[in-house]
Amino acid sequence: MAIFSLGLFTGLLYQIVGTLVGMGLVMLIRLLMGIPVWNPEPVWVVGMLFGTLAFMVGTGSVDDWFKWAKGEPTTDEHHSDPRLTGLKKYLALSFDHKVIGIQYGLWALVMITVAGSFALTFRTELAAPDLQFLQPDLYNTFMSLHGIVMIMGILLGVAAMSNYLVPLMIGASDMAFPRLNAFAFWLNVPSGIILLSSIFFGGFDTGWTGYPPLSDQAPLGMQMFFIGVYIFGLSSILGSLNILVTIFRMRAPGMILFRMPVFVWTALATSIISLTATQLIGLSFQMVMFQRLFGMGFFRPEVGGNVILFQHLFWFYSHPAVYVFILTGLGVISELLPVFVRKPLFGYRWVALSSLAIALVGFFVWAHHMFASGMETYLRVPFMFSTLLVAVPTGIKFFSWVGTMWRGKMTFQTPMLFVLGGISVFLLGGLSGPPNGTVATDLHLHDTYWIVGHFHATMFGGFVFPFFAAIYYWFPKMTGRMYNEKFGKLHFWLMLPAFYVQSLGQMQVGLLGMRRRIADYDVALGISASQMAITIAGFVIAVSVGIFFLNLLDSAKRGEVAEANPWNSRSPEWQLPSPVPEHNYADHPFEVLGEPYDYGLVGSVYTSLDPVPEPSATD
Amino acid sequence: MRHFIFAALLVAALTVLGILGLEQARLLPEQASLQAVGIDWLFSLHFKVIAFLFALIVGFMLYSIFVFRRREGDTTDGDHIEGNTSLEVLWTVVPLGVVLYFSFLGAQVLGDVERIDPLALEVDVIGSQWAWRFEYPDYDVVSTTLVLPVDQQAVLRLSSTDVIHSFWVPEFRVKQDVLPGDENMIRDLRVTPTEVGEYTVRCAELCGTQHAYMTAPVVVVQEDEFQTWLEEQAAAIPEDPVERGRLWAEQNACLTCHSIDGSKLVGPTWLNVYGSQEIMEDGSTVIVDDAYIYESIREPALRIVEGYPPAMVPGLGENLSDEQIADIIAFIKSLKE
Ligand code: HEC
Ligand SMILES: [Cu+2]
Ligand SMILES: [Cu+2]
Repeated sequence: MAIFSLGLFTGLLYQIVGTLVGMGLVMLIRLLMGIPVWNPEPVWVVGMLFGTLAFMVGTGSVDDWFKWAKGEPTTDEHHSDPRLTGLKKYLALSFDHKVIGIQYGLWALVMITVAGSFALTFRTELAAPDLQFLQPDLYNTFMSLHGIVMIMGILLGVAAMSNYLVPLMIGASDMAFPRLNAFAFWLNVPSGIILLSSIFFGGFDTGWTGYPPLSDQAPLGMQMFFIGVYIFGLSSILGSLNILVTIFRMRAPGMILFRMPVFVWTALATSIISLTATQLIGLSFQMVMFQRLFGMGFFRPEVGGNVILFQHLFWFYSHPAVYVFILTGLGVISELLPVFVRKPLFGYRWVALSSLAIALVGFFVWAHHMFASGMETYLRVPFMFSTLLVAVPTGIKFFSWVGTMWRGKMTFQTPMLFVLGGISVFLLGGLSGPPNGTVATDLHLHDTYWIVGHFHATMFGGFVFPFFAAIYYWFPKMTGRMYNEKFGKLHFWLMLPAFYVQSLGQMQVGLLGMRRRIADYDVALGISASQMAITIAGFVIAVSVGIFFLNLLDSAKRGEVAEANPWNSRSPEWQLPSPVPEHNYADHPFEVLGEPYDYGLVGSVYTSLDPVPEPSATD
Repeated sequence: MRHFIFAALLVAALTVLGILGLEQARLLPEQASLQAVGIDWLFSLHFKVIAFLFALIVGFMLYSIFVFRRREGDTTDGDHIEGNTSLEVLWTVVPLGVVLYFSFLGAQVLGDVERIDPLALEVDVIGSQWAWRFEYPDYDVVSTTLVLPVDQQAVLRLSSTDVIHSFWVPEFRVKQDVLPGDENMIRDLRVTPTEVGEYTVRCAELCGTQHAYMTAPVVVVQEDEFQTWLEEQAAAIPEDPVERGRLWAEQNACLTCHSIDGSKLVGPTWLNVYGSQEIMEDGSTVIVDDAYIYESIREPALRIVEGYPPAMVPGLGENLSDEQIADIIAFIKSLKE
């Protein structure tokens, strides 16, 4: 069976067996303890954990470590099987950061598509008042899964970009820990599967926030949510550690921090967040898991637990997490803008450092999610000040972009359209933030569709638009072929206006009284027409993304062969042939001689790379 | 410089358009509380600033897009402008000042919103999956409608018997989560209704299956009508135990999970249940009698009916006296067809 030679499928096979073994083990222990053998919660939870371990063994991502432990030699070979081509290459184990980056990207697109289809399902339900076809429990499950699966998809997209780009941009031949990199990626597969399996375990009705006591009472699907996120968090921690070490240890000669492409600065900032904050969401979920499994009472009011504590732990990660999404997207914007306006990035150091500033301030604002939660009231005002402070470094980015565009000779290929659209949408998202930040107005806005509109605008402007820009922009680098410009533009011109309708509509119905996370709304609020418009806009976005997928699939096969540097960019990755040779710069050391964004300065050089390597045959 | 002036004019025009547009749009529900006044003022200030800043960035962007864009046949790069430190400092310091000022305003409005009136009318608001109960401790009145006198501050003492809920009447603007736990977890929300009328309290914190429907009527009346209503309520406790039982069941959210017409909600229907034989989750059987019903309410987790989730929480029964439970039993007994 040839397909079982691919890491993914061996892994899945192992996962099934591992799950059964884990379940059997718990049942055996229960039998020996003389308690009823079948108790779904512990049996499934342990089964899922064993399944994950087995999956990792099955993919082969731990083989080399076992060999090292036994003192056996390993090769420096990237791929488990170098003969694989096309899509198959991405279904198999590889230690090449470019392959792993694309693996992340593909898995991100799968997750985003799944999450998007959940959204379309319940948006259809919300098109009109009353319950049409989704019963409240199923509605809650879809709504909850939409949120968390989208978050995973976005984090996977972030990892895709940092994995693919960071080593290329700093002149490294790979990540600092290639095996750990593969390990971190593959963890996401069982994590995603377990998370989605919650549908078959009764779902869960808490939203992605999983607040107890509701999450303490929810069906078994809740545990699948916790385990899925937990494993996912482990992957984020390992992945960000790898990025940090890569940035600090693997830069080419001359690549001082202030000469790195500015995207790398955002990868640095986001990795610091992921490495230090993810533990807290993991911990908060683990505590509820233990409540359910062992009857511990951390958040159980009946036994003296406190429900607010959970929210502090949860938001301590989950607020900074949004900066992981958007900083990466803003990095893409800052990276692409100079290329398409042919001018230096205005105030490079300010832009670079503002990312770190946002990350830093981002650690001190979490309780703005809790202004109405019933936490100590004296906390509200200090958190209002810290929250509004985020506007300052964010403003620096906007002003610097405008400074970059001013007098620039702009051209409007698809990536640039998504950059410009992204800026405007992120602006809408950013500006709808302060009303939530000032406590008094937030008392009205909290838990309404205003918030839904606000964070969808920040996510679309801060991640989705830039992610599409990045895919179009680096598509020729990844595949050696150009995407179809006409369909790219169609994608943009459908998505931008539809998004504005959706987001402004959400904000308006929220102000008027539409609560978050409800399956049905009151006709008396007078928002039915807006709800219909939001749903239609949602479907237009879906159609535009459909066009994007067709464009990618077709262009990867039949697209025009791309020039070496179609955007005439100064960035080091574009000085290599496309697709990039397997070991990047390994045989072709390069040196940094000048500034990254000196467009318009005659005779300036950024890097010297010599001799230019041959395109690799296998890539 | 010429370009800069044109772009600034564009920004000014867009700002005016934006502010006019936002004034035309229907954006907030009716304003019906004293607290809403300050909040709405802050909202309108926010909206104006948003309109200006959006116009500022988008105006300069549009100007660059249309005026500076690459002309056909031009292959040269743009000007080599690396940055400008005074500008950077300017657009760091000015926004810093603005956000500090906004936070200060926000704190001031919050102070107004939280202002305490020592003569406030006290109402205990109890949220349960998925219904509200309102108790007036000074008048011994319990109701499923929140009735408030106009122009008098009410202090709502919020508590929950199960999960987290959130008290929100959009017309009053203010919102507060309702927490389970002991007295320390009771939270106060102060509202001073200013308009006579009928509103709805809508639970704003996801609280499970029927969250969307966790609403209750709110009626704001003149002071004298309020006194009359209180007297009526005190007199309205029925003589008949069955009717009393029905009232207790309504007030304690029992009927959101238990139907009285045979339909299946979250819990078993009460129609014909008394005297029937039921199978429990552990396989045992039970005849539904007074003792079993009493136990189901006081210690719901002890025995779970087969096919139902353990959705009843002990908190529900806690505030029921033995007499009230006896009334509920009488009510359940009466549900036969
Ligand atoms: C959140 C939903 C919910 C609410 C509110 C609720 N119940 Fe229940 N109730 C259930 C469920 C589910 C069961 C069945 C599982 C069990 O036995 O605990 C049940 C079982 C019962 C039973 C046993 C019925 C039988 O057929 O054996 C009684 C009696 C009862 N509830 C009374 C009450 C009373 C009185 C109240 C109001 C104070 C109330 N319930 C409120 C969900 C609810
Ligand atoms: Cu936040
Ligand atoms: Cu609710």
